[in-house]
Amino acid sequence: MQKQTPLNATHRAAGARMVDFGGWDMPVNYGSQIDEHRAVRTDAGMFDVSHMRVVDLEGAGARDFLRYALANNVDKLKDAGKALYSCLLKPDGTVIDDLIVYFLREDFYRLVVNAGTAEKDIAWLRQLMAERAPKLVLTPRTDLAMIAVQGPHARAKVWRAIPGSEQVSAALKPFTAAGMSTRWGDVFIARTGYTGEDGFEIVISAPHAVALWQALAAEGVRPAGLGARDTLRLEAGMNLYGQDMDETVSPLESGLGWTVDLASPRDFVGKAALAAHPPARQLGGLVLVDKGGVLRAHQVVHTRHGDGEITSGTFSPTLNQSIALARLPAGVAPGDTVKVVVRDRELAAEVVKPPFARNGKALVGARS
Amino acid sequence: MNIPANLKYTSSHEWVRTEADGTVSIGITDHAQAALGDLVYLELPAVGRKLAAAEACAVVESVKAASDVYAPVAGEVVAVNTAAADAPEQVNKDPYATWFFRMKPAEPAGIHKLLDARAYEATIGDA
Repeated sequence: MQKQTPLNATHRAAGARMVDFGGWDMPVNYGSQIDEHRAVRTDAGMFDVSHMRVVDLEGAGARDFLRYALANNVDKLKDAGKALYSCLLKPDGTVIDDLIVYFLREDFYRLVVNAGTAEKDIAWLRQLMAERAPKLVLTPRTDLAMIAVQGPHARAKVWRAIPGSEQVSAALKPFTAAGMSTRWGDVFIARTGYTGEDGFEIVISAPHAVALWQALAAEGVRPAGLGARDTLRLEAGMNLYGQDMDETVSPLESGLGWTVDLASPRDFVGKAALAAHPPARQLGGLVLVDKGGVLRAHQVVHTRHGDGEITSGTFSPTLNQSIALARLPAGVAPGDTVKVVVRDRELAAEVVKPPFARNGKALVGARS
Repeated sequence: MNIPANLKYTSSHEWVRTEADGTVSIGITDHAQAALGDLVYLELPAVGRKLAAAEACAVVESVKAASDVYAPVAGEVVAVNTAAADAPEQVNKDPYATWFFRMKPAEPAGIHKLLDARAYEATIGDA
């Protein structure tokens, strides 16, 4: 039996095409994925991301525990509400998951992890807690729903949909969150997202998710499915767990070196393994130059330094050409021309440094 | 789902229309375009290419997936719709007006063995 979010019937009533995503029955689009993509780049769109798991960590010593458990350093979180992107690593330095951690109080942190990895993440964190911090309490919040509202007009539309939210969230900087009480109970508003646009991710108690969704729709926020979510995040140069990194690669070979602090004296899970194995590969961006198809995951990339492989590929509605993230030999550099094997042909692509597009604008040179 | 009664169909989701000159036009069905999503790339066979029945001869790619298009019958390609290749979104908008290629069937009677609208509808009901 597939899992359903509280918005499942709402998606179906809106004519969504539903697909299985990590065991969840989720909307891939409500008609046109490209139209939904453009709505987010130019106006405002909303995504049901209730399949992602909120996990609360409470107790004295929570910061010390997270300083060791996460590859990024929670000591960067100085003010309440501040958020941090981090990998959760195995001792061998490969990636269990990527997540966002919110610092709410010295004894209260909130993690948001991926849907398909939530159970193994929780099991791993509990195992680490048993060894190092047995008094901490980890609570998976299956009672919550989450809606991401993204686009240049997203914040203004949220403020109209949730009375009183402007006072609470207008001053929030990117990667910061605040809580408030509403007619729908407690609501957690974070200025985060997965699209390369401004906006909020809103956590709300599950029974009120439909009311919030309808209030946002009434303000002209367009429902958008997982299809648009994938093209938006890829244009924004953001990794997708399970595709661009997993338990076979290190964050240093996944374009995530900026989230791992090897120089500091702090010890963390996976640090010794990362320090012992300098990266031989890198994650880079590709823009297809030749016509002849669309870049897709698992296509082989020929470079003058050896072969690589595409990890995520799609058609970019903003650039109007195909783009990809690819794991490439370390010597490859932006500006290089490589050949991608698409069916029975080798098509030229240019290596670029992601992101490809953010805030409504293409960031790499459009060709053709 | 739109399945015009005057066309023939294959279980691989091509539609086939017999033209006045005896050639057949081939495209993909409304069901196929909806399942693929927004189309962004079409690769069409060369004019003059001789095809076997069920031979993969064209490629259609959407934002999310690539799919082969198959010859419904044996025959020779006599025309391709370059306008469709230049604007693949037309296939989403009007799948039965946007033909991919035309063939001269090796055996015109073979067209009658293809699925009619009702039989095609039954196949996608099972899908």
